Amino acid sequence: MENFIYMLAPLLSIELFLVLFFGTLVGLLLGVLPGLGPTTGGALILPFTIVMDPLSAIILLTSIYCAGTYGGAITAILINTPGTPAAAATCLDGYPLAQKGEAGRALGIATIASAFGGIFSVVILVFFAPLLAEVAYQFGQPEYFALAIFGLTMLSSIGEGAPIKNLIAAAFGILISTVGKDFMTSVDRFTFGVNILTEGIGFIPVVVGLFAISEMLVQSTLLNQAFNRVTLDALKLPTLNDVKLTWKTILRSSGIGSFIGVLPAEGGTVASLIGYSEAKRWSKNPQEFGKGSIEGIAGAEAANNAATGGAMVPTLALGIPGSATTAVILTGLIVHGVRPGPSLFREQPDFLYGIFGAMLFSNIIFFILGFFGAKIFARVTLIPNKLLWPMVFVLSVCGTYSLNQSDADVWIMLAFGVIGFFMRRFGFSLVPVIIGLILGELVEGTLRQSLVIFDGNWLLFFTRPIVVTFLILSIAALLFPFLKRAKNSMTKK
Amino acid sequence: MEHMQGNNKRKTNRKLPSYFNDALIVSLVTIIISSILFYFTFYFDEVPQILKRGMQPATFPKGLLIIIISLTSFIYLFSLKNPWKEQEDLPKPFYYTFITLIFFVIIAKTLDFFLGLSVFSFIVSYLWGERRKLLLFFVAAAFPLLVFLFFETILNLRFPSGILTDLYYR
Repeated sequence: MENFIYMLAPLLSIELFLVLFFGTLVGLLLGVLPGLGPTTGGALILPFTIVMDPLSAIILLTSIYCAGTYGGAITAILINTPGTPAAAATCLDGYPLAQKGEAGRALGIATIASAFGGIFSVVILVFFAPLLAEVAYQFGQPEYFALAIFGLTMLSSIGEGAPIKNLIAAAFGILISTVGKDFMTSVDRFTFGVNILTEGIGFIPVVVGLFAISEMLVQSTLLNQAFNRVTLDALKLPTLNDVKLTWKTILRSSGIGSFIGVLPAEGGTVASLIGYSEAKRWSKNPQEFGKGSIEGIAGAEAANNAATGGAMVPTLALGIPGSATTAVILTGLIVHGVRPGPSLFREQPDFLYGIFGAMLFSNIIFFILGFFGAKIFARVTLIPNKLLWPMVFVLSVCGTYSLNQSDADVWIMLAFGVIGFFMRRFGFSLVPVIIGLILGELVEGTLRQSLVIFDGNWLLFFTRPIVVTFLILSIAALLFPFLKRAKNSMTKK
Repeated sequence: MEHMQGNNKRKTNRKLPSYFNDALIVSLVTIIISSILFYFTFYFDEVPQILKRGMQPATFPKGLLIIIISLTSFIYLFSLKNPWKEQEDLPKPFYYTFITLIFFVIIAKTLDFFLGLSVFSFIVSYLWGERRKLLLFFVAAAFPLLVFLFFETILNLRFPSGILTDLYYR
């Protein structure tokens, strides 16, 4: 009961409610704008939260996360370009339905499915995160090491793109985390005598570089691209028949999305693709998919929004992010002096349940804003790139500089922008780099501390059941794509 | 990566053998850089046995670099069987933007941080097709100024000194 009251905190304080409303509004705008999204937006907003108290700051970031994930659907349906990667599957049926003159119906079902998926996942978060935190109390250093390895292998195998490229990207992310003074011995590593590198490479310069600056460079290659915009008259409530047709899909996709979200994969992106394909598999009209099926829209949208709550489960309970955006939120927590993990549940339940409440109400707010303001938000896509991206650049540079008041961070950000551009060009996903960077210290620290505990004997890792379980799951995750490919080629023959 | 494709078709050099492709270039660059970094790990200080926490500071990065080099070799070998999708040439605006980025660094480092931002915003906006003077003024002058004032007054940040910034600070 006490926890329930904590969840109402964003409604009981005018200040918190304004932050929540503002965050939801900004999240919607960021989601609507192709190329920007909750990850880039969260990273750009993070420096502005320095002057806020921790709860307000994290409410701002989480509401951007929830609303930004939904906002991508508006662009996906109206201009056939996903506002966020998580809305890619929504294009498949959203745009064809909009072309048939039913943009309002497509957006209506997307709004309902997104809000339901989001609320469903918050319920999962409220019940599941404390349970996971209880389990995590049993974890020692070796277990955390095995868990981090499991997370990274899962990310590589079920994340977007080629598994080996994902693994390389994750290893690259961990390697970045080794730059600077070794946190256990204070020995300089990869500093090349440059003073500014002894402090290490910060998370925000890397994330802003990889996402915002690389996207600006990508946009410079797309100047001649034309969008076919579908006009939107008004958002329509789905009919009773639409609800009958989609409720099972929405429920199934909400479950899928919440589960995928918990795994350290690419959160909403993978969830929406699986939600979409499962919706097609279970549909009575699979031939309608790709031609404007509302089940397709509902399946993708419920799943990607359900992944938001799911991804927060390991972030808060274990300190291991479930997606790139939750990695930004995790950084926000650390910047504000909050250490995520099992102890957070016992020491600061008011803070934690305040976040849960904010996520719940953010879903309700974007549902209302989506219905009444989709037409206005759709107009945001009219902002030309030639104006938008120079402004994003200014915000990226100032935001990155402001965290440590260091111009070195700005140069690092620009360097990672160029690296990110070429990584994307050659099919390397950026999310594993981010997750690798944030997990790097955990992986190395727990490995080294485990070896101290085991007196240097690696074999003792295999005497701990939880470690063995995670390592077996990691091997299974690594082999999964290859077995799947072998099975597919055998089926073809 | 359809969105990365422009209209410029790559002019294939018929003299180059088929294995000289994107996969080879990416793999070579990654392996060379990783090898150089691996070489540097031999110059990391070592701690005495009594202070060693599990392993020497160089061991973990060495392991990571070996993993990166091995996996990169794999992706090249796999690419021989399943070639990567050929990328098209980058369009001119990419190079313009990239060069402007370098200009920004030079101006920000030598003259003024905000002058660099203004110049970058103006050139990129102009090169990307904006010709309306009022909007160019907004992007290049008004917006950076608003951001500067916000950071300066609300967040109490001090930006690096330069010819424009010093006018404000004086």
